Amino acid sequence: MYRYDEFDHDFVEARVAEFSDQVQRRLAGEITEDQFRPLRLMNGVYLQLHAYMLRIAVPYGTLNSRQLRMLGHIARKYDKGYGHFTTRQNIQFNWPALSDIPAILADLASVEMHAIQTSGNCIRNVTADHFAGAAADEVADPRPYAEILRQWSSVHPEFSFLPRKFKIAVTGAERDRAAIQTHDIGLHLKKNAAGELGFAVYVGGGQGRTPMVAKKIRDFLPEADLLSYCTAILRVYNLYGRRDNKYKARIKILVHETGVEEITRQIEAEWQELKDAELKLPEADIQAINAYFAPPKLVDRPEGDAAVKQARLDSKNFSEWLDQNVVTHRHPDYAAVTISLKGIGEVPGDATDSQMEAVADIAEKYAFDELRVSHEQNLILPHVARADLKAVYDALVEISLATANSNLISDIISCPGLDYCALATARSIPVAQEISRRFASLERQREIGELKLKISGCINACGHHHVGHIGILGVEKKGSELYQVTLGGSADENTSVGEIIGRGFSSEEITDAIEQIVDTYLGLRLSPDERFIDAYRRVGPAPFKEALYAGETKAA
Amino acid sequence: MKVLTANRLSDGIAVWYADGGWAETVGHADIAHDKAAEDRLEGIGAAAAGNNEVVDVNLIDVIVTDGLVEPVRLREKIRAAGPTIRTDLGKQASPEAARAA
Repeated sequence: MYRYDEFDHDFVEARVAEFSDQVQRRLAGEITEDQFRPLRLMNGVYLQLHAYMLRIAVPYGTLNSRQLRMLGHIARKYDKGYGHFTTRQNIQFNWPALSDIPAILADLASVEMHAIQTSGNCIRNVTADHFAGAAADEVADPRPYAEILRQWSSVHPEFSFLPRKFKIAVTGAERDRAAIQTHDIGLHLKKNAAGELGFAVYVGGGQGRTPMVAKKIRDFLPEADLLSYCTAILRVYNLYGRRDNKYKARIKILVHETGVEEITRQIEAEWQELKDAELKLPEADIQAINAYFAPPKLVDRPEGDAAVKQARLDSKNFSEWLDQNVVTHRHPDYAAVTISLKGIGEVPGDATDSQMEAVADIAEKYAFDELRVSHEQNLILPHVARADLKAVYDALVEISLATANSNLISDIISCPGLDYCALATARSIPVAQEISRRFASLERQREIGELKLKISGCINACGHHHVGHIGILGVEKKGSELYQVTLGGSADENTSVGEIIGRGFSSEEITDAIEQIVDTYLGLRLSPDERFIDAYRRVGPAPFKEALYAGETKAA
Repeated sequence: MKVLTANRLSDGIAVWYADGGWAETVGHADIAHDKAAEDRLEGIGAAAAGNNEVVDVNLIDVIVTDGLVEPVRLREKIRAAGPTIRTDLGKQASPEAARAA
């Protein structure tokens, strides 16, 4: 994985020193809150309901054991013993004192981590497929390009005060696991007919109060042109993106209002000025970054087949976990493991200090020291020998992280909601917990099949509800929490925005409503192979509306 | 009825103005019963923010139940108690605050 060079070390340490000084000056009253707020936000420090919150970048979701252990240490020493993994592959701590943040950042810098650009109107953490480098279906590892974008975008002088925040995601496979079409820029790494690497470029996706699916503006951009083309996009956005209205300031609005054809023309025109200048990526530089992401040396472990077969016979639980949480690796003797942070009734995405340390130990022992954070708020061990899967499973059982629910209805994405967040209008975590408990039976969950349920506690949509097969949005209505349901959203290569199904539900009603939707689906699907999203696309909202609301229409 | 709330600058912890200082629980916060009292509290809040004791100062609606102040809005109830999904954390974790919240 990427290792800091001298420049990176100096840059991060200089930033820690600078922000530590700013914190000291703030605590001493030498600068006002109005002066300090933009400075703290540039360093990932928010003020939430109960305390400050620190958001730490996990670039393209990649961590090593030492780093995860440090996150566990921070949770224990400076926080309340846990952290929350987010939908942008980052981690948040909910209770740090401002006066401790310089020490936290110094600890992070010691393991090559930081909180720079995890907030503010700049280019945020670049996200990537959490199976990058391991997936059997990718053409190349997308992370070297994410790293190139990280280096280019870090304190980029031209793009540090954009109209609004800016998010980029990269995938290296046809099957999109990075939700690229919901990002400001989505990059799909692919090969052309000549076998050369390049990108399909999508622009203007986003969620929030105006959800938009990104538009493809280029089918193939040669890899050498990555930075010049992104610069052209950012320039057009920086110039024409709205600054008069925060809610209309994202590039999705600019793309929508300008029209795809015209904005593509503007971007291409800008690019003509840039493409053959200093932003062209030299092959040697791409290779140098690629070398950091060289895959671990995976020695053949053919004994895995027999070991897995035997372990399946010995343990039904292991067998179920294998079926649900373990996916094919490009090397046949290996697998990629999803560590579910969605235990039944638990808080989605939360992990305790000791769980983080134990997972770090597992990664060190069995997974070449590599970990990923997925945007679905789980942890991933990307390279595990099949021969070691049972040992990994047993170790995960020890720390209560072996729930076999990846991609099932209880694998819920949920934002922190009104339990923590100053922007939230309703709670989301308790809703996730109640749905998870209602569908606690893994047998029932498997019978339902793949179902992406996503919950946000306000219209900003951090919980990705717009692109949930079932989405839940919590709002405040007349002083109470009300939950609006959308159906038919999806965040893969066939991205779609869900449709509001009808009137919202109270916190007492919402779980019943979800169960009714699921039962309706079970009743109408053509076969167990027809996933919820496929069935919804076939039949549309009518049967679900009927199931949810027919009674009240008749009563009225 | 309103009380004055903020977050402490140094650690961000939610506090309420009570008896000449900032209390960590809402139960005995100073109540403004009329516009003049609200103005007085707002003045205190502005001064405390200017003085760098607290940030994010707000007046919030409350009621009084069994002699203790209780916020009206759910958001403020949660601020006063702690996350509803982690009752071992926040103000609700200490018995005294739990009674007040």
